[in-house]
Amino acid sequence: MSTIEKDLLGRAELEQAVRDRDREIAELKAQLAEWEESYDAIPKRDDLFTTVSGREVRPLYTELDRAESDDHTDSLGVPGSYPFTRGPYPTMYRTRLWTMRQFAGFATAEETNERYKYLLAHGQTGLSVAFDFPTLMGFDADHPRSLGEVGVCGVAISSLADMERLFEGIPLDQVSVSMTINGPAIILFCFYVAAAEKQGVDPSVLRGTVQNDILKEYQAQHAWVFPPEPALRLIVDMFEWCSENTPKYNPISISGYHIREAGSTAAEELAFTLRNGFEYVERGIARGLDVDSFAPRLSFFFDIHNDFFEEIAKLRAARRIWARGMKEKYGAKNPDSWRLRTHCQTAGVTLTAQQPENNIVRVAYQAMAAALGGTQSLHTNSMDETLSLPTEKAVRIALRSQQVLAYESGVANTIDPLAGSFYVEQLTDELERDALALFEEIDGMGGVVPGIEEGWFQQEIAASAMRQQREVESGDRVIVGVNRFTEGSGKLEIETLKIDPAIEQRQVAKMAAMREERDAAAADAALTALTEACRTQENVVPRILDCARAYCTLYEIRAAMEEVFGAYKEPVFF
Amino acid sequence: MTDERKIRMIVAKPGLDGHDRGAKVIASAFRDAGFEVIYTGLHQTPEMIVSAAIQEDVDVVAMSVLSGAHMTLFPRVKALLDEAGADHVLLTGGGIIPEEDVEALMEQGIGRLFGPGTTTTTAIEYVKEWFAAQHPA
Amino acid sequence: MTDTLPLSPRHEQLLTRFREGKPIALARAISEVEDERTGFQQLLHTVMASGPHAMRVGFTGPPGAGKSSLVASVATSYRADDEHVGVVAVDPTSPYSGGALLGDRIRMNEIATDPGIFIRSMATRGSLGGLATTTKEVVDLMDAFGFDRVLIETVGVGQTELEVTAAADTVVVVLVPESGDAIQAMKAGLMEIADIFVVNKADRPGSARLVKELRQALHLRAGSAMRDIPAHHGVDLGAALKKERTTEAPALEQGGWEIPVLTTNALTNEGVDELLETIGRHRTWLEQSGHIETRRRERAEIRIRDVVDRELRRVAWNSDVARTLLDDGVDAIAGGAGTPYSVANEILAALLR
Repeated sequence: MSTIEKDLLGRAELEQAVRDRDREIAELKAQLAEWEESYDAIPKRDDLFTTVSGREVRPLYTELDRAESDDHTDSLGVPGSYPFTRGPYPTMYRTRLWTMRQFAGFATAEETNERYKYLLAHGQTGLSVAFDFPTLMGFDADHPRSLGEVGVCGVAISSLADMERLFEGIPLDQVSVSMTINGPAIILFCFYVAAAEKQGVDPSVLRGTVQNDILKEYQAQHAWVFPPEPALRLIVDMFEWCSENTPKYNPISISGYHIREAGSTAAEELAFTLRNGFEYVERGIARGLDVDSFAPRLSFFFDIHNDFFEEIAKLRAARRIWARGMKEKYGAKNPDSWRLRTHCQTAGVTLTAQQPENNIVRVAYQAMAAALGGTQSLHTNSMDETLSLPTEKAVRIALRSQQVLAYESGVANTIDPLAGSFYVEQLTDELERDALALFEEIDGMGGVVPGIEEGWFQQEIAASAMRQQREVESGDRVIVGVNRFTEGSGKLEIETLKIDPAIEQRQVAKMAAMREERDAAAADAALTALTEACRTQENVVPRILDCARAYCTLYEIRAAMEEVFGAYKEPVFF
Repeated sequence: MTDERKIRMIVAKPGLDGHDRGAKVIASAFRDAGFEVIYTGLHQTPEMIVSAAIQEDVDVVAMSVLSGAHMTLFPRVKALLDEAGADHVLLTGGGIIPEEDVEALMEQGIGRLFGPGTTTTTAIEYVKEWFAAQHPA
Repeated sequence: MTDTLPLSPRHEQLLTRFREGKPIALARAISEVEDERTGFQQLLHTVMASGPHAMRVGFTGPPGAGKSSLVASVATSYRADDEHVGVVAVDPTSPYSGGALLGDRIRMNEIATDPGIFIRSMATRGSLGGLATTTKEVVDLMDAFGFDRVLIETVGVGQTELEVTAAADTVVVVLVPESGDAIQAMKAGLMEIADIFVVNKADRPGSARLVKELRQALHLRAGSAMRDIPAHHGVDLGAALKKERTTEAPALEQGGWEIPVLTTNALTNEGVDELLETIGRHRTWLEQSGHIETRRRERAEIRIRDVVDRELRRVAWNSDVARTLLDDGVDAIAGGAGTPYSVANEILAALLR
């Protein structure tokens, strides 16, 4: 056959293929039209048919919905490659399951140390530290503002001595540790590094994460210490120091969880989190850091709420948006900089106090969504957490939920199994579009910090919270055991964890003893040097490490920095 | 809208916890129900709350406590209110508070406290009924 | 009304504690007045007998201008000088629910337990202006309680502008670069009532331009035929309320007050010292020029009118006769007989008999 004949034949085949395709589509459209007629003729049950975010869900999604989307190779790709929609790694759970990382902490370091050993013995693969409110806000256990709050909803860590006790007998070169702390994060991080030093562990092998995401604090959780600009400086100091000294450690966990828990929609959670992330990237670049020197270690933390498919799509969209931004806008060259890795936690806000055993089921579904969404690590809530900190039994069940999911359900056998689903791909696209629209709004205000000062984020979140509350109170949104199926919602019959009120006194006594024993002159000198460093452009991490080693307390270190940075004055918005 | 006496109420978050979704939802809901709500914001000490309660001559103080520190915070505020001559003020609120603690606090003269899953309607009805009982027509 | 009825025993007790300087008594007295409880006017009459002496500063301007933060900074500075400060912060009542969310205290958390500051949040409660009559009465209560300074923060919409001049000696109008331009300020009537303009959030883009526009607009006014009349009295409060003036203003001092345009950043406290100094200068000018007296006379006149209006309305609509005629009249109109005017005539005739 001549080339021309082949060419003509090829073109004819192509034209035939197009005609076949057109015919298929026409057939599908005809079928759909019929289906729509039957659908409209049959009565529907009484339901909103929206996701909890208020997004309308259509009864049926088909191939036709995909016809308008991005070209598949461009937006879907393969796992482990740009744009990572299908997963950040090529092998995902075929190589290693997600880390089962249950958040824990209460009372004193000794009690928490015991709980950690219990969890590790039961198969938990990474540790996650929950601090008490005084620690989260930068107050020592013996500070007057801490009265009544020491050790009550997390562990009290006021100095290096406490950190050493926390990890006593737990080899920090072998166990990865995640610390959930923000305002004074840099200080607790230094306590951790110094505690590892005491164990003879070199910082270069440390694995773990410190949350250290101050932007979402101003927006949602409100656990701040310093005003935005100095706080952002401290974060970039950590990026710098960690990239040189703790290359395996994540100096930040850019979080959507708290934003979602405060009441936002899924799209808002997605957009605010990623936009905060891009803000940190810009700050690092502004410092003169090469984006690829710190971006690979930026990690994320998302909520897993009730709407199964919306949450899966949200994680997929997150990876794609991040990859595109990092590559196209910020010019990162290293694929590790484009790759979004995330920890997830099942949504605390969905737990009910009524019929708490139902929470086990909620958490199981949410965990499945997290796995299908491709999370790298997961915390599952315990059923009794609307009442108090979890008991050992409840925490064990929560951990077992992950293990059953991982080993028995089969969802970890293949990567991103929902890819190609008409609905899930549609949702992923929609969430991406919604997020980009919100980015524009934020940019219109001048960026994240102006948005925070205006109270825009806070108001959006509060408005979404109010809408959800109304849906629940009107009964439009069913919550089992709360506004429907309430038989059995009586007085609570399960045991809850009680914190011994003597904890506080014991902690105060320990601190007094420590202050006696330490070298007061060395401590003072270290604090003074820190204050001076805050006035200059110097990276403050080494100075804080000095303070930690001298057994300066959390509050002392914070106060030394506050002298220069001032404290945050909160503007309040509804 | 009637000419009834307005009920004035403070909504406060005592202590160090900054999670204010519930407090804001309650404040908005009570405003929508016709109350005059003074929202004092986060990180309030018991002294700040009581000082505000006196100056604003409120009928109700509602505190949101999620941190587990309720057994310290509620009694402290009650004591300060009583000391300041404001023992007629209803001290109520909500958060993560186990039922047996609610009962223990009620025995100390503190009002009913509401846990997760409580509707704003329930809370509003409670306060309105309490107020009506204090001010019989 | 006031001389014929003595204070009730409850109010006597309240007054005693009020005069002892007990904040709880001030708070209770404010509630009595705000709710217009029986005998409240007698109470006001009694406490106002000693005349005003506090320096009253009103802050008005559009929502979002950061008035609360500015008031907090100003109050804190006065406290640093050991002065006692009363603050009245007004927020709008929701026309749908009748409730209100009063959030101005939040900006003042740092001074919340300072015994030298008293902060009271008030809702407009259906008053169309930014200040209810009772708001002005609460300011008088605070003055009588003994505060050196009383700061009034208004809602900043509607007819607030006139209202706040009736409560304050010095009116500070707070704008932000996003407020729009100076033309809008002029349209809103802010030019006439401001003694001091402040552009807050001065670090925002557009602030320099707004300052310039305001200064230009003010110079235009000053250069006009109105030169001899101090800008503060561009609106003749007396004439605004009735056609003829029956009271004579005292002779005015030469030299007007030149309205300054200041810049502040309430979050960093920049510009606040200058604002305080300017407020002080305005006060001095008011006293030296005699305008303080004019202002007080006008305030008294407005108050008398307000109270008479309020009483007339109360007397009218409390009357059974009036209410019956009203109900019957409305029925009649529905049935096709009579108009609102004929019904009103009947009611008036019955009341004025």
